[in-house]
Order: sequence, then structure tokens, then C-alpha cells
Amino acid sequence: MIMRDDTICALSTPNAPGAIGVIRLSGDKAIEIANSVFEGKDLSKQKGQTLHFGKIKKGDEIIDEVMLSLFRGPHSYTGEDVIEISCHGSPFILAQVIELMLEGGASAAREGEFSMRAYLNGKMDLAQAEAVADLIAAESKAAHQMAMHQMRGGFSEKIRILREELIHFASMIELELDFGEEDVTFAERDDLDELVKKILKMIRQLIDSFADGRVIKEGIPVAIVGEPNVGKSTLLNALLQEDKAIVSEIAGTTRDSIEDVMRIGGMLFRFIDTAGIRQTEDVVESIGIKRSYEMMKKASLILLLVDAREIGKEGIKELEEQIKAELGANFAEKELITIVNKKDLIPASSLKSEKPEAGSQKPDFKHQMIYISALKEDGIEELQTYLEKIAIEKSQHATESIVSNARHHQALKKAAEALERVEEGIANGLTGDFLAMDIRQAQFFLGEIIGTIDIDRDILGHIFSSFCIGK
Amino acid sequence: MNKEYDVIVVGGGHAGCEATAAAANSGSSVLLITMNMGTIAQMSCNPAMGGVAKGQIVREIDAMGGYSGIVADKTAIQFRMLNLSKGPAMWSPRVQSDRWLFAQEWRLMLEQTQGVDFWQDTVNEVVVEKGKAVGVKTSMGLEFRSKAVVLTNGTFLNGLIHVGQKQFGGGRAGERNVTGLTEQMIDLGFDHGRMKTGTPPRVDARSLDFSVMEEQKGDEFPSTFSFSGTKPLKEQRSCHITYTNTTVHEILKEGLDRSPMFSGAIEGTGPRYCPSIEEKIDRFSDKDRHQIFVEPEGWNTVEVYVNGFSTSLPLDIQEKAIHQVKGFEKAKLFRPGYAIEYDYFPPTQLKHSLETKLIDSLYFAGQINGTTGYEEAGAQGLMAGLNASLKVQEKESLTLGRDQAYIGVLIDDLITKGTKEPYRMFTSRAEYRILLRQDNADIRLTELSNNIGLASHERLQKVIDKQAETDRLLKELNETSIEPEIVNDYLEEQKTAKLKQKVKLSSLIARPQLSLDGISKMEEFTPIKFNEYSKESIEQAEIKIKYQGYIDREKEMAEKQKRLEGLKIKEDFDYHKLQSLSSEAKEKLSKLRPATIGQAARISGVSPSDISVLLIHMGR
Repeated sequence: MIMRDDTICALSTPNAPGAIGVIRLSGDKAIEIANSVFEGKDLSKQKGQTLHFGKIKKGDEIIDEVMLSLFRGPHSYTGEDVIEISCHGSPFILAQVIELMLEGGASAAREGEFSMRAYLNGKMDLAQAEAVADLIAAESKAAHQMAMHQMRGGFSEKIRILREELIHFASMIELELDFGEEDVTFAERDDLDELVKKILKMIRQLIDSFADGRVIKEGIPVAIVGEPNVGKSTLLNALLQEDKAIVSEIAGTTRDSIEDVMRIGGMLFRFIDTAGIRQTEDVVESIGIKRSYEMMKKASLILLLVDAREIGKEGIKELEEQIKAELGANFAEKELITIVNKKDLIPASSLKSEKPEAGSQKPDFKHQMIYISALKEDGIEELQTYLEKIAIEKSQHATESIVSNARHHQALKKAAEALERVEEGIANGLTGDFLAMDIRQAQFFLGEIIGTIDIDRDILGHIFSSFCIGK
Repeated sequence: MNKEYDVIVVGGGHAGCEATAAAANSGSSVLLITMNMGTIAQMSCNPAMGGVAKGQIVREIDAMGGYSGIVADKTAIQFRMLNLSKGPAMWSPRVQSDRWLFAQEWRLMLEQTQGVDFWQDTVNEVVVEKGKAVGVKTSMGLEFRSKAVVLTNGTFLNGLIHVGQKQFGGGRAGERNVTGLTEQMIDLGFDHGRMKTGTPPRVDARSLDFSVMEEQKGDEFPSTFSFSGTKPLKEQRSCHITYTNTTVHEILKEGLDRSPMFSGAIEGTGPRYCPSIEEKIDRFSDKDRHQIFVEPEGWNTVEVYVNGFSTSLPLDIQEKAIHQVKGFEKAKLFRPGYAIEYDYFPPTQLKHSLETKLIDSLYFAGQINGTTGYEEAGAQGLMAGLNASLKVQEKESLTLGRDQAYIGVLIDDLITKGTKEPYRMFTSRAEYRILLRQDNADIRLTELSNNIGLASHERLQKVIDKQAETDRLLKELNETSIEPEIVNDYLEEQKTAKLKQKVKLSSLIARPQLSLDGISKMEEFTPIKFNEYSKESIEQAEIKIKYQGYIDREKEMAEKQKRLEGLKIKEDFDYHKLQSLSSEAKEKLSKLRPATIGQAARISGVSPSDISVLLIHMGR
């Protein structure tokens, strides 16, 4: 697993907010794999060191328009055939392209693996070797931290439980194989089958939820909030270019939350229109307001819409404070963006370009005041650009984790494949020694996710502590 | 008296005997020094060879040209192929042996081996000059010189026997222990530790009631361990099975306060998979019975071995408890059960050749390395004796890979991972166990052994013939078609799908419900003359047809790993120089000094990124 001859794939640009992301493939099948999803020239017929424009497609769906560099070994960074795909720098697109490469037969690269191949293929001299070794050590440390970070939130716990169940399962099989002559009772095949099915179900669920991250897949949740009749639904319609929300002059029209998904640049957003927030006696409306706060808790971005005519009044500050108070500890991980609507209703001279609290801090796009007129669709494009910038900044972390995500995803898939063979084996009455082969594989791949393990010691330890063995 | 040899082997147990034979048969002059010429190849534990994983090892020893398989066949009183309901990788031969004949046969075979001399004495010092073992000194004040020394001291180093609160020095019941040698090794810089093992009481068969026990007979068609053509048994003896009960357990508990196991008198670590009866009732108190396997000790003797009742409780408790076991009500004891503690040297101090890293030309094999079992000992003895001999002849040492033999797994585990309890082989320790079958041990190993001058040319010819015959049969099976109307009734009878059109015979045999043996008996099915083929080649052909997919997959995995095994690391490599290695890896690698990158990768605490760093520094 450490020195492999398969084709490897990874994102090669660590952080590229709003710019380009480069995905690199290296190995015998690099050109073949890229060619299978590339619409443009037939890459297999192209010379080395050439540049090609085309589309990356998943079936009929266009994922991205890309520039693709083709290198033939040994004249490449690694000395092998190399493909570099320059995509738009959206995590959503990058994750999908990487996924396509893995599906096409590439393996997710390990830390520093491109550099290591370059070194082993004679592309670097000894002086550079130490640097590569340092890189591997540093990157694997970072990847480990990243993995640990991701694994909070139950993922590692789930894997750990799965692995333990699998060890138990493997122990039962091994017990039967190594101690068949002894006075021990063996697990029924039906029970084992049930256990495999249960583990498979959990792994498949993990694969689904883990594929490219919920946020990337479902869009970044953005809640549009504000006092009644400040124009939230109008803004949503302006963003979506359709009449999704019910718009009326009567305050409190939106009593339910309305959601819709749209892509801005490379990012996917899920906009949530909410009921206006105010003190009310109306039972139905107060339910709607309560729900608005719940929506805010689920969102990563909160767009607080205010009326331009209310600028400078106490009400806006109060509303901000109220949102902070309602969200409590949840507020810290969110971005609250105040947007001034109905700019057409105040004189242009009173529009300030910067927020007052910016003070002497370094100028930042976040300190710009955003004025729009949702009704006149004025300033919507600027708002979209602004949202994209914020989203990219927020998703940098997601970008970094694509590589390890892809690797975990792949490991889960391989574990599932191995377990499917076990399931099939049980159905066909296969003996334990063959079942054990695939169980080991599954354990190996789960182990890849949570760290290296000594399978034998775990299994034998489990057997010795659970069963009375030995004449 | 000759005082100069190529190789001196210290100890005449299973390891020492195989070491002696391997060294002599590969062309060295050998002196076997044992403290008692009357107890060569003594079975100190139960009178049986083989079993799951161990049976495979005996087959491998035989395929390499060792004697254990032949001796076991010639002295067997029962043969069983265990695990037949599982896949072929699990089939495991086991024999019950006549304990006296076994030891006698070994001694006779060694006597007939050219180049072997014997000397009855106790070695208490290895002569070391300039970091190299050059001979031994004995308790009788003699000094023998040699080019290599193999230590196979078993349980004799500072052996301490426990029966209840009684303790006495000894290497085995009725035999002295060896002192001084451990102390010399410590002075030379070796780490040492203490292990423990035990045996059950032996009783008089005439005092037992076998009619209330379950009988376990030998196989109807017994096979053999050796590939050399030893004859299968015609007559066999049975074993018997009985069980302990809660009354037995209550009596045993009465003695726990006088148990050396629980009082702390025994410091050594015993095996978890072979606990004494008092450990069983303590650790698995919810079980109200434990199996006892009653093994005859030979064709004629009335002594029987009470397997499963290993104990170091006081004698009065042993006797009182055993009388409550069904069938043992009137049992007369011949010898008490006892526990024994002994010194071992953590095997991580060895190279793959079993030569110590510290002292040149000094080899360790058997329980001295922390293992247990005749088979494990014999395998190490064979490899240590062979490698000592190769070294004397200035040839490169032989290492068997983990994908080549259980012997390879055994040695690699020992020197890479070490062991905290007496190490016994299990099939689950082998990652390529589909490849390491008992049926193909000769195909895996005999040519290799012949190439370095151990296995004879006759043995190699047998393997070549077997393979040629198998290939011929496979060809026939792949070329012969069978018509639906001829075979469909039979298929229905065997509960498998009927044919719609004619198929090759091999595709029928691939079905799990059908066997080549079954089909070969239906003469009308095919013109193939199965009686012209040996049982072995029919078995080989069937395994190849049925399991080729799995075999190929394991081969592929082994191939991938092999690339790392081929990358050697210099013996004196300075890991501390590599800043990028984790500190745990630096420490472990410096201590264990793996020979290859593949071995380094198996050391716990060495991560894949550490291996990448090593790869970079080892160069391309």
C-alpha cells in the first residue's frame, strides 16, 4: 500500500479562494481515466506537454469547463504519465471531479505521494530528498489533525463501533477455524449474515452522508431574516429570478419558511426565506417567528435585511442583539451580514461606503456596506459576488478536506465491496477461511480511516478473552 | 575424542534434533550435546503432533527435508485430518504418537545421519571470541570448538517446577535444570524474560471407565505427514472425551490459596490459549464444564495423558478433583501435573536467520525464543541448523517469506513483533493462509530446500512428478466435455442445477456441491482414467479448479508486498539521522533493526508515512 503502481489522484492547489483548483493524476492510467470523462480531443492520441480545453462530464451532466495539461512520462513532475485538470475553484466542482477520477479507477494519493514518486523515479536529487521527507511528515501530521477534526461529530465513533463489530465477527470465524476441535460453540451463519448486513447498511449510510460533505452537496444554507415587510421574499425572488415566495404589501405574509437552491459562481447556496421577526400577538405568526430562529440556527450565513429608511435608528441594533441572544452559543460559528434594502427610497448622497465599526482595521470586503433594491433588482449582482467571496472563505476548510474526504470515501467503499463478497459467500455456503479473507480486507480499509491497527493481535486478543481455549 | 565441529547444537529436544539433522544433511559436521542421551526428542507435553496450523508446519518441515513428519508417521497410533468441513487451507493433519517410540525413532534417525556426533553433558558457557561464538564449555570441564553454536535449551534455563507450594529446580519432571548460561547471555548484553507453561497429571488407563466417555476414533482412511511415502496406519488407537463439572470446580477452588499461580510464586507469563484448569475456572467462571481429552501414550503402555487438566495445584487437590470427573472416579495417578518457569530471550534480538544480532554465529531456536509447541520448535531448529550450516559454508542464509510458509510467518512474527506469552501458531496469524496449505507444502518448499542442499533429489523428483501429473489431469478435465443427459440425474441427486448443454468437466467440478472424487467414481461420465492418477494429484487438481480465484487474489496481494520485502535496509542504518521520522518510529526501528522495508512496515508504531520517509532515504 505504501509503494504502489496504481494511478493516484489529488487536489494539488491547497487553497485557492475564488480562483482555480488543479487536480492532478499520475500513473499508467492517468490519461485513460481523464479521457473517459473529458469531452474534447481524444487525449489518448495527444502528445506530451500539451494543453487542451474541454468539458468534464459525469454522464450527460457537465461538471465544469476545464483546461487540461497532458504530460507523458518520463517528461513529467513524477516521471509517470500526468494529467493536470484546472477547474473552477469551487469545492463543489473539485469534489465532483475527484470523485469521477476515483470512480474511473484512480486511488486517492497519500501525503507527499506525488513528490515521492518524483523522487523514486529519479526526478529529484538527494539534496531534495530530505525536503520531500519533511513534506510527507508534515502533510501527514496535518492530514491527521484534519481527520481528527472531521471525526468529531460521531464519524470516528461510528467507524470504531463498526470495526469492533467486525472484530467480533472475525473472531467468531477465526475461532471456528483455529479452534474447531475444541469445546466451543460457534456462531450461526444466520447471525453472522445479519451482522454483515447491519454493518453494510451503516457503511452505506456513511458513504452517502460522507460522499462530498452535506454542505457541498446540499448547498450552503443562507437564512434571509429581518422585520416584517422589509423585502425578504422580494430579495429571494430577485436572487432566484422567479416568484417562489408569496410577496404582498401586508406584513407577515411569509408564515412558513421557503427554501430554494441556486448556484452562484461555483458555489451552491440554499436560501431560506423566513417569517419576519417582531413582537406579535398573532398565534400563527408567532409560530412562524419561532421557526425563523430555528432556521437561523441551521444556517451558516444570516442575511439580515434592513430598511434603508431605518438606518441609524435603534431598531436595527436591537434586532442584531436579539438574534445574537436567541442563537446563543450557535452564533459564533455563523456569519451575520446586514444588507440595506430599498436604497431607492433614500437619497444617494446618504449611502456610506464602509460600515462605521470598520474603524482603523485593514480594509476588507466585509466592511463594505451593501445597499440593494430588491424590488428594482439593483445591487443583486454585487450581493451575489459578495456572497460568493464569503462562502469561499468559509469553505476553505472544506476545500482542504476534499483530499482526505476522498480517501475516506474510497476506503469505505472498498470496505463495503469486501463485505458484499462476504454476504455473497455466506449465501453460497462458502467456508470460513474464504469469508475471513474478505473480512480482513474490510477491516483493513476501516483501519485506514481511523489509523493503523494490528488485526491479528486484535482478533486473537478478542478470542482469548472471550472464549475458553486450550486443552 | 573429536573436539572440533562445524556446528554444535545444545539440547536434544524437537528444536535441537531438527537443527542437528538440518546442519548435518546440508553438509556440516555436527555435535549434539544433550544432558541425557535417553531423553532425546522427548514429548514433554501431550503425545501428539500436528493439529490446526501446527500440522501445516510439520508438512513444511517434511517438505524442507526435516525428520518430524517421518518420525510422526512411523510412530503414530492414530491419524486425523482436522477441519475437513472447511476449505483446503484449513485441513490440518494430526497424529497421536507412541511417546516412547517417537523418541526412539528420532534417536535412531539421527544416529543414521551422516556427520552427527553425540555427547552427553551440560553446556554452561558459550565460548565467545571477538563477538563470535566459537565453541562451548561443559559442566564436565570440556571445551568443544565450532564455527557456529545453536542453543535449543527449551525449558531448562533456570527451570523451576511448581506443584502446589512445593518448588524445585528442574528442566522437566525428573530432570535437572541448567544454570549459568542465562547469566552469561545477560553479561553478553542479551535481554531476558521468564515464561511459564504446565502439564496435566498422567493416570493409569486401567483405573478409568472409558465406557462413560465419548470415543474419538482415527480417520477411516488415514493419510500421512510425510511426502516421502511413509505408510498410512492400518490399526489405530482411540482417544476419549469427558468433561469437568461444578463439583470438580468447587474442589479446585479449595486449593486456590495454595496455588502458585494465584499466590504470586509464579512470575512467568503463561499462554492465554492454553490455560491451566485453575485459570479456566477463574477466568471463565460462567462455564460449568470444561472439555478433557484423554490421550493414550502409546500402543502398549497403560499411561494416559489428561489433556485439558493442566494444573500446578497441590497434589491432594489434583487427586481429589480428578476423581469427580466422569470416568475418572477411581483414577490412579502416575505423575502429578506441574507448572514450570524458565528463562527465554525476547526473539526481537534475532535476525531472520535466527542468528543473534549481538553474537556472530550464535543461533537460538525453540522455547528459548519464547515459543511453545513441538512443531514451532522443530521448525525453528531446522532453520537455525540450516542457516548455521550455510554460514559455516559461507553461503547466504535462507529466509522463508510470509507468503511461502508458516515457518516464515513464525520467524517473522517472532523477530519483528516479539512475544509476551509463549507463541503458538494459529492460521489466523498468516495473512496468506489460502496459499499456505498442507497439501502444497512440498510444491512450495522442496525445490527451494533442494537448491541449497538440504532436501534430497529424490524428494524433489517426487514433487516434479506430482506437479506434472496434476497438470496432465487438469488438461484432461479442461478438455473433456460432458453431455447433459449423461450427468443430469446425478446433478439432481447432488442438489445442483441440471445442464442445458454440454460443458467442460472442470466447470462442473468448480461447483461447490460437487467433488472430483465423487465424479471420478461415475465411470460412465468420462473416459478419463482416474485410477491412473495419485490421490495427491487429484486433490491438487480439484483445489486448483475450485479455489483458483482466491488463490490468485492472495498471490496478487503477496506480490505487492514483496516489492517492499525486496528493499533491504543496511544493518547499521542510523535512524536518528532522519529528522522526518516520528520519534516512536526512530526508537522502534533502532531497537529492532529490520532487515527490509517490508519488515519495518510490520513493526507496530511505524506508520505508513514513516515508511515513505524511509523509502525516500533508502533511495531508488
